[in-house]
Amino acid sequence: MRPGLPLLAFLSVLAAAPALLPDFYITLLNYVGLYSIVALGLVLLTGVGGLTSFGQAAFVGLGAYATGYLTTAHAMSPWLALLVGLAVTAAVAVVLGFLTLRLSGHYLPLGTIAWGISLYYLFGNLEFLGGHAGLTGIPSLEFFGWKLDDGRSFYYLTWATLLGAVLATRNLLDSREGRAMRALKGGALMAEAMGVDTPRTKIVIFLIAALYACISGWLYAHLQRFVNPTPFGLHIGIEYLFMTVLGGAGHVWGALVGAGVITVLKQWLQDILPKIFGQSGNFEVIFFGVLLILVLQRARDGLWPWLKRLVPGRAARRVLPEADPLPRRSMPSAGTVLLEVKNARKQFGGLVANNDVSLNVIAGEVMALIGPNGAGKSTMFNCISGVDPVTRGEIHFLGQRIDDLESRQIARRGVNRTFQHVRLLPTMSVLENVALGAHLRGHKGVLPAAFHWERVEEARLLAEAKRQIDRVGLGDRLFDEAGSLPLGQQRLLEIARALAADPCLLLLDEPAAGLRYQEKQELAGLLRRLRGEGMGILLVEHDMDFVMGLADRVVVMEFGEKIAEGLPEVVQKDPVVLEAYLGGVEG
Amino acid sequence: MDLQIALLLGQDGVVNGAIYALLALALVLVYAVTRVIFIPQGEFVAYGALTLAAIQAGKTPGTLWLLLGAGVAVALVDAFVALRDSRPRRLARIALWNLALPLAVVGMARWLEPARLPLVAQVAFALAIVVPLGPMLYRLVYQPLAEASVLVLLIVSMAAHLALVGLGLFFFGAEGSRTPPFSDARIELGAVAVNGQTLWVLGASVVLIAALYRFFGRSLYGKALRATALNRVGARLMGISTTMAGKLSFTVAAGIGAFSGILIAPITTVYYDTGFLIGLKGFVAAIIAGLASYPAAAAGAILVGLLEAFSSFWASAFKEVIVFTLIIPVLLFRSLTSRHAEEEE
Repeated sequence: MRPGLPLLAFLSVLAAAPALLPDFYITLLNYVGLYSIVALGLVLLTGVGGLTSFGQAAFVGLGAYATGYLTTAHAMSPWLALLVGLAVTAAVAVVLGFLTLRLSGHYLPLGTIAWGISLYYLFGNLEFLGGHAGLTGIPSLEFFGWKLDDGRSFYYLTWATLLGAVLATRNLLDSREGRAMRALKGGALMAEAMGVDTPRTKIVIFLIAALYACISGWLYAHLQRFVNPTPFGLHIGIEYLFMTVLGGAGHVWGALVGAGVITVLKQWLQDILPKIFGQSGNFEVIFFGVLLILVLQRARDGLWPWLKRLVPGRAARRVLPEADPLPRRSMPSAGTVLLEVKNARKQFGGLVANNDVSLNVIAGEVMALIGPNGAGKSTMFNCISGVDPVTRGEIHFLGQRIDDLESRQIARRGVNRTFQHVRLLPTMSVLENVALGAHLRGHKGVLPAAFHWERVEEARLLAEAKRQIDRVGLGDRLFDEAGSLPLGQQRLLEIARALAADPCLLLLDEPAAGLRYQEKQELAGLLRRLRGEGMGILLVEHDMDFVMGLADRVVVMEFGEKIAEGLPEVVQKDPVVLEAYLGGVEG
Repeated sequence: MDLQIALLLGQDGVVNGAIYALLALALVLVYAVTRVIFIPQGEFVAYGALTLAAIQAGKTPGTLWLLLGAGVAVALVDAFVALRDSRPRRLARIALWNLALPLAVVGMARWLEPARLPLVAQVAFALAIVVPLGPMLYRLVYQPLAEASVLVLLIVSMAAHLALVGLGLFFFGAEGSRTPPFSDARIELGAVAVNGQTLWVLGASVVLIAALYRFFGRSLYGKALRATALNRVGARLMGISTTMAGKLSFTVAAGIGAFSGILIAPITTVYYDTGFLIGLKGFVAAIIAGLASYPAAAAGAILVGLLEAFSSFWASAFKEVIVFTLIIPVLLFRSLTSRHAEEEE
């Protein structure tokens, strides 16, 4: 990668700082670095994943106390103590994440508040951790014989760690796993339909954030050489979140900006405010509280987007590397029964949305599901794709029962869908959105992604995404934000995304809505080609010309019941169907 | 532990539990109506207790100036909106509620010398200072963010909490206060002596809970709040102002918070930051109820109170650890009983 000019300038200033600045500023910069590492984890958790934690300070405390205790009481090597701290932190984070992340969004922050308070009191009351007085005499770090025993020498370790973490986080976000993380904000429903295991992804980002905090705590303990409970209380945990939000929760560099601004402001306010108020106390919290309220009310994206406009940036990557095509799944031969819905019933309380509906889809055909609004077509789609399981009845795919599976497991079997109300990640590029569809065709995990060891696979995923985008005719919009496309093209994008998963059954919910005549013709052509390749397509659509020109068979639904099934020309003349669409002829 | 100690601890636990129950009810109410997780609830507890203490000590409570300041801020914001929408008629009402009312309270503080008034009047006076801060807080902090996600509202709550704790330190200083009990009566109930304040707390809690029950069940405003909690858009279509609902729920929550503070001030020393932990224990109770059910929240609160009382006897240093760790099994239970991760709005 070729770093941009502003980044080079920033790095040179950082490298030169210890030679130029007095001790006071070096100490301040050390703290900015330590806080930034924690805030960086919160960027991942809050800005990217849409979750949050007030208990990060407690994870910092775990890292600090683990090394503090082990290096003093057991004379363990600090490096080994780091590993122990990371292991303990990981265990706590996984348990806490497992408990709260399956519940709706606010249980995690509430759980972390409780956990932050508990741990703070635990640190303060355990004899072997020194109680409220804390632990002293923590050894300084040694790095291949080089003793890091003052702020100046420690500075390089702090900032190298931070920059390493920034790089790893950026790498991670620009990868298959990173796309899955960013998809969380678009709602679990869409991500699951793309095959993302959302509970696992949430736990992973919570874990990463906790581990960053733990590393920061380890550094803190060896910089300070003593630990006590105060810096790990809930209020500091809140402060970390403030840094993240102020800097810009969605941006990696925002963590540094937020940590820097809050640390410097705090220093300054602690000097000046007691003089204004005429008494001593933590009055800077009033200022921070009001500041944060204003930021959230007026500029929820924080400072970084605003700063970024001042610095000339470089253009985003525009060239895709060459890559071999991904292996494809073997298609069932034409005529195989792909999908079989047997007496599916779906009830919402007293409302019966689907009443004993049966239908099947064969490989190499387009089956159209039509009916007036409210007939239960989208409900049927949700049942088949596992978004909303059936109340009764069975659904089989290639002979295997799928009605009790999660939607990501159904996606893995080769059933992929689009949504009636488009579900895209509007700020991500067209390419990335479609690459999300290919999620299940890659296998490399978080660690290879953080070091960018998965570039070969990533290139293949992106090449596949590009191929599908070209196929639906959006090839010239590859790097545009998905949200900037007109609605009709967003629907095409969803089709490309579903195709990127290499499905054998494609579920399309009103794909032609919002398309112009020419675009509809092209879409029909594409669907015919897919049918020719042996794909089965189940189509919900209101445009009758489109449906009747394309479908091999048609199922008509009204008020949750199937009222007709057959060839398009036969169904069109069916008196029951005519009555449903046009109203009966009163006799 | 003998029976007498157990009864004493049980009494402590029930008294604290009653307070947590009140707070938990307010938290559930605010969350249901506005989706705000009302962290600053605890500050209303502390403000209520410390304002009363300041009044009794013959000092001007700092919260009085906060009331004036917040009133001016709300008046400015609302006046700006009224003028922008060219509806100058609203100005009179805005001035009445946000300027005249606080000024009247200040006036009373100057001329009535509340330190010499009977206790009931002092309590009413303290409530008159603290409770209006609730709707003002809603107007200034939450109303501009009414459509934001639960997460953003939660972060804002934390920010408001911090600012209010800082202000509490400024107004009341770092020393705690304790007020004289409402009555000196003592009743012997078999082996235990029950003192008057205990009965006050329990009685007041029961009366308040019953009043809330009637309010939600019978009154038009109560029903409007319930409707908003069930379906914001639907309520709006029926002509219920969600802003009104928000302000009303914050008024009720502030009232409950401040009154809880006044109730416990004779039992325990209240510091400027005491409210936070008390409020959070109300939260633990509310979480036990899944932030949804009022009776479950009350039951959870009594459980939290008892757990706290008994753990302070056996392992007093780890009292807070035990109480806050209680939510882990609760969360585990909730997590195992809900099949799908709920969709965020």
